[in-house]
Amino acid sequence: MKTLFKGAGGSSPGAQQISRFGLLFLGPVTAAFAIGFVWPFLQGIYLSFCKFRLIRDAKFIGISNYVQAFSDSSFRHAFWYTAMFAVVSLVLINVLAFAVAYALTQGIKGSNLFRTVFFMPNLIGGIVLGYIWSMIFDGILSRFNTSILLNAKYGFWGLIILMCWQQVGYMMIIYIAGLQAVPEDMLEAARIDGASRWQTLFKVTIPNVMPSITICTFLSLTNGFKLFDQNLALTAGQPFTILPNGSAVKQTEMLALNIYNTFYGQSTASQGVAQAKAVLFFILVAGLGLIQLYFTRRKEVQQ
Amino acid sequence: MKKKLSIAIVTAMALSLLAGCGGGGTSGGGNTAAPAENAPAAEAGSEAAADSTGGSVYWLNFKPESDEVLQEIAATYTDLTGVPVKVVTAASGTYNQTLNAEMDKSAPPTLFVVGNQAGVKDWADYVIDLTGTPIANELNTDAYNLYDESGKLVSIGYCYECYGIIANPDLIEQAGHSIDEITNFETLKAVAEDIHARASELGFDAFSASDMDPSSSWRFTGHMANLEYYYESRDAGGWTECPPEISGAYMENFKNLYDLCINNSTVAPTDLATGGHDAEAEFKEGKAAFFVNGSWEYSAVSETVPNATMIPYYCGVEGEEKAGLNCGTENCWAINANVSEADQQATMDFLVWCVTDPDASRKLVDSFGIMPYKNAAESTNGFLQDAADYTANGCYVMDWVTNYQPNVDDYRAALVSALNQYNADQSDANWELVRTAFVDGWATQYGLANN
Repeated sequence: MKTLFKGAGGSSPGAQQISRFGLLFLGPVTAAFAIGFVWPFLQGIYLSFCKFRLIRDAKFIGISNYVQAFSDSSFRHAFWYTAMFAVVSLVLINVLAFAVAYALTQGIKGSNLFRTVFFMPNLIGGIVLGYIWSMIFDGILSRFNTSILLNAKYGFWGLIILMCWQQVGYMMIIYIAGLQAVPEDMLEAARIDGASRWQTLFKVTIPNVMPSITICTFLSLTNGFKLFDQNLALTAGQPFTILPNGSAVKQTEMLALNIYNTFYGQSTASQGVAQAKAVLFFILVAGLGLIQLYFTRRKEVQQ
Repeated sequence: MKKKLSIAIVTAMALSLLAGCGGGGTSGGGNTAAPAENAPAAEAGSEAAADSTGGSVYWLNFKPESDEVLQEIAATYTDLTGVPVKVVTAASGTYNQTLNAEMDKSAPPTLFVVGNQAGVKDWADYVIDLTGTPIANELNTDAYNLYDESGKLVSIGYCYECYGIIANPDLIEQAGHSIDEITNFETLKAVAEDIHARASELGFDAFSASDMDPSSSWRFTGHMANLEYYYESRDAGGWTECPPEISGAYMENFKNLYDLCINNSTVAPTDLATGGHDAEAEFKEGKAAFFVNGSWEYSAVSETVPNATMIPYYCGVEGEEKAGLNCGTENCWAINANVSEADQQATMDFLVWCVTDPDASRKLVDSFGIMPYKNAAESTNGFLQDAADYTANGCYVMDWVTNYQPNVDDYRAALVSALNQYNADQSDANWELVRTAFVDGWATQYGLANN
């Protein structure tokens, strides 16, 4: 790759002509990135220090939004709930996806059909999935005179089942690509050396698919943290614990939904608090993603 | 040749991208609604026309069921006067989000809805004082206007509605009773329980489903809850602003009626949490004799139940034989203070036309039910006629005190969750949860909204 770039970059007249248009090529993307991401992001950070109803008459009030965000018990509850959800879904989705991918690369009949079928749930939007699964769960739970909205445990595991159902197929595709790239000669060598199936799996296959594992764990971790529409459609935070003072803790409300509810459910004052929560949320997700990347990257092997 | 081609391609790419951004800026955001086919035309024409007439109208509507009529009215007005009128309707349940997004744009709504005290708190600084304006002078009552603490007339009612218990007199007769024997909670209970007990024999049940999903729960957390607030406020001489706390003195009465509804219904109380039942269809198809809802249902219900009538929330309160229906509104016009004077004037002219022009007000009244303006068309809504009859017979109107609910979305969400737990298991402990969400929740949300 390197030599290719050198050859194209240097002194050839055609390349120079094209490089004159470099800015023109870069410009639109840079502009779109600035308009669509950088500017709203900076403005969002600024607004988290403000009190506002409309963005254009935001009033700077210092860090009190952050103080309120940290002292909000519903936000803390949502944080721990989300963390627990992210960890459980991370493990389950990746174990299941890897197992399915492994099974479907063993040359069994109808592999292609199975791959398609497993992937298909991923094509349905989160809100639709949420409502469909709420009907499925309630169809079963109503026989026991209860509902997914009545018990936080049902809500938690319901969401886990939903997310596994939706995400396993997607991660499976990534794992299949990884598994197919494991060099055949390595596997053969392992066989000749007398390695058992399990040994081959753990000592040869898995180290070789580490790049896929990196991507999949990154995606499922951040997906778990950012989850919103499935959460909204399946339980919308119900059941609530009604505290003696009349305030309610939404037991199955995750971070993103908490931010949304804070922004729209309450008074003007809470919009800045919601904005502060959103900034904290960003730092959390970005930080976790980076840490996770760092650790899984170290395990990757060069082929 | 190659060079020219590459320049052309790059330019095309750049332009399409920028065009994409531009398009996203105007039509994206919270504009969830579907401006009907005439809206783009009106928008395109707005600049040209704005030059000649000096103003345009942009109405952010919050009643999806009225969208079609409003688009028609808007087009008619534009044809008549040349003033562009754009009506955008927020998707059901997303009015607040849409309003928030639209108000921040360079061409914000000139006319929008501020329908309750929470809205007044949020938007009072962004609207003009309507006191003494031409549209205010057309009103025939002050009852539905909303003022802020300084006495500024923030928004004025453009229609009012009533809610209560919709009843099918024919089914009640079939069960061997008469609608006239229902005059208080005792008699309502007797009829409902008798129908429910003989439901399989009669082929219909007493109450239609009381689902607790977002498309239906407001009938209870917003409307039926009003009976508690109303009687409490009446004892206090009437509320003029949101009280910091409520006592829950009439919780027992709320429980009376609520229990009657869920326990004598087509659907078992344990199946209500996620909804999925069509209460309106049950009533229309004659599967239920009672249906908790409001006057906006009249046109739908009277198609198949022409004799449908509405009775008050009888709940066991002393003297309730003299109760009438719950009348009020969440439909109040407010004019944006941050648009040009020409736009404000155009909006004002449009509103006056809406309530004085015979054809326009006819169409609006048919959609809205009734409009409290001197020169507006007469109402044809049977339930609103019922409300008027109660009043004429000396019954008291139960005002919509429910509009004072603080942080209304959060407050009601907690109440729904508590009611779900109660529906699944009607124990005293679970009713205590409902009471906590209802009474203590009010004080908590009031504190959050006013900190």
